[in-house]
Amino acid sequence: MKKSPFLLSSILLSAALVGCAQQEASPQPEVAAETIDLQTEVDAYKEFAIEQMNEFVLETEKFTEAVKSGDIEEAKALYPIARMYFERSEPIAESFGDLDPRIDARLADVKEAGQGEEEWSGYHKIEYGLWVENTTEGYEEIADQLLTDTKELRARVETVEVTPDLMMTGAVDLLNEVSTSKITGEEEIFSHTDLYDFQANVEGAEKIFRILEPEITAKDEALTDSLETKFDALYTLLDNYRVGENGFVSYEELTAEDTKQLSSAVNQLGEPLSQMGIIME
Amino acid sequence: MTSTDEKWLEKKISRRSMLKITGAGAAGVAVLASGMGGIAKAFGFDILDDDQTAENKVNFYGKHQSGITTATTSHVYFASLNVLVESQSELQDLFKMWTPLAVRLMNGEQLEEVSQGVFTPPKDTGESSGLNASNLTVTFGVGPSLFDNKKLGLSGIKPTELNDLPHFPQDQLDEKISGGDICIQACADDPQVAFHAVRNLVRAASGKVTLKWTQTGFTSVPKVKDKKETPRNLFAFKDGTVNPDTKSTTDMKEVVWVQPDESKSWMTNGTYLVVRKIQMHLETWDRTSLQGQEATFGRHRDSGAPIGKKNEFDEVDLDSKDATGNPHIPVDSHVALARTVKDQIMRRGFSYSSGLVDETGAYDAGLLFISFQKNPQQFINIQNAMGRVDKLNEYITHRGSGVFACFPGIQKGSYIGEKFFNTY
Repeated sequence: MKKSPFLLSSILLSAALVGCAQQEASPQPEVAAETIDLQTEVDAYKEFAIEQMNEFVLETEKFTEAVKSGDIEEAKALYPIARMYFERSEPIAESFGDLDPRIDARLADVKEAGQGEEEWSGYHKIEYGLWVENTTEGYEEIADQLLTDTKELRARVETVEVTPDLMMTGAVDLLNEVSTSKITGEEEIFSHTDLYDFQANVEGAEKIFRILEPEITAKDEALTDSLETKFDALYTLLDNYRVGENGFVSYEELTAEDTKQLSSAVNQLGEPLSQMGIIME
Repeated sequence: MTSTDEKWLEKKISRRSMLKITGAGAAGVAVLASGMGGIAKAFGFDILDDDQTAENKVNFYGKHQSGITTATTSHVYFASLNVLVESQSELQDLFKMWTPLAVRLMNGEQLEEVSQGVFTPPKDTGESSGLNASNLTVTFGVGPSLFDNKKLGLSGIKPTELNDLPHFPQDQLDEKISGGDICIQACADDPQVAFHAVRNLVRAASGKVTLKWTQTGFTSVPKVKDKKETPRNLFAFKDGTVNPDTKSTTDMKEVVWVQPDESKSWMTNGTYLVVRKIQMHLETWDRTSLQGQEATFGRHRDSGAPIGKKNEFDEVDLDSKDATGNPHIPVDSHVALARTVKDQIMRRGFSYSSGLVDETGAYDAGLLFISFQKNPQQFINIQNAMGRVDKLNEYITHRGSGVFACFPGIQKGSYIGEKFFNTY
């Protein structure tokens, strides 16, 4: 979950930059007047987000059913998998300031917003029940609400206005999410399934890169090469922590050296990723 | 250097930093002219000039690197890096890419004068905007581990004297703040300028290097009628009284600069940097009587004079005895022990303060000891002499350590470490 509103319009951003620029006779940065047509890319991304949301609803349905039928082990197994669909499409999923916290708030987020624990709902609340209390009892209503919220999110995704800026900012933002909460184990403090979210965030960023890749290559081939290499390096590193077919080791098994390595690989990917904006210039 | 890097460097270069190329000396150099001024390129990297009109500026180019015998500044940001590059040519490209950036930084310029686009992050992190060059110096060195990296194929040009420092008595070294493949020492009279320099050099090298450890340091030089005095360390004693004279070419040749045939040829006019992070136990020191403090150093605290003498620069006389027949300067004092060694080094240390030691809640403060010498053995001999007996050991603990071979100075048109790469 993000603390600040996600969508910062590029107009506001440009205005702020111009306002801060040094008062010299030098030319101001040009506010992108000529924008390239990225409608195909934007449509492709929206389609991807909707696919992910469809899966998210289906997996959440299975998850909430397991919770309601009291099958703790099944619920625990489904939890990280279902969340990956949400994490992959986070730039879109997060667009709704009311729904996002209802689905994805951590206890720390709720407290930070000055709310009481009773207002806490969604995935992480059930995570607490499953891993700390080792029960599903008393979580039936939360599960129902979660499924309702998830379906509403799916319905509302149709209305999101996807822009190239949202995509590029979103890609960087997905990695920032990894840097600030997944790498520290703060996202999944009870289940320690942070590496699932980690993998999903990176895949979400890669999807955006893949959609924009032809444009990027046309503008700067070296940037594409660099992104390829850095994505590869990060996935290779993550593969070291896989267990079974779709699983990852618990965050608690990572040593400080492991997280440092992962963090470094994320940062090295983040730099070229932040350069994707050149296609707009 | 990636092609994006080159593009933005080409875009805007101030007129004053444009290299004026004349005559035949410019072989292999092509000038790219544009409306905004030009930038010379040689063998795939950019050549910028020292801007003599910049305020509080130290020159980048010269026979020796700056930040060694140039005036001590009040701040340092020292960074030890490990390389991620996997070939010698990538390493070479890294130093080529850094060269024009270092010139710009030392000119007090931003890496990009005006942000070029709003959809990408600014090229310069920007926190030094509006500040002048602040006597920034950026000194580059390479550590023993760089030569041991088989992928780089540098083992043949490793100087025999470049090795990790041996274990000294009382060492409590933490591997996490020791060693490193490359060091960047950024000194400036403004802490933000020093930090900005390292931050931007490391950022520009994203994917090629990774930070291993860093340390900030500070020092304040008292002045009497504009004359600089010896700075004091956190124990309040003057530090660096017996330094060789940086103005004396003879002294510097004897102590600091590697002379032809004294090492690998690429080290000629270079030097070795030794860095030690030395925690000083301020709490116990502050409980020590003045007499005890002075006996530890062998000097008077206020004047800096050897015990029994009046002035800081009075000769240290180990035979001088007090009324009861005991030597004025205890034999286990810092000064007495230092005198038993013939070797000299050039100290350019800083104090540091980095919060508290987690386990004890004590100050994590002390000395970021930096010395330059033409052979690390000079430092080793001195440190061994201090050894177990140095009274000061009771109050200090060596926590971090590093030794780096600092390249000779860079000539305009060349790049950092060119001789190093051209040895083959």
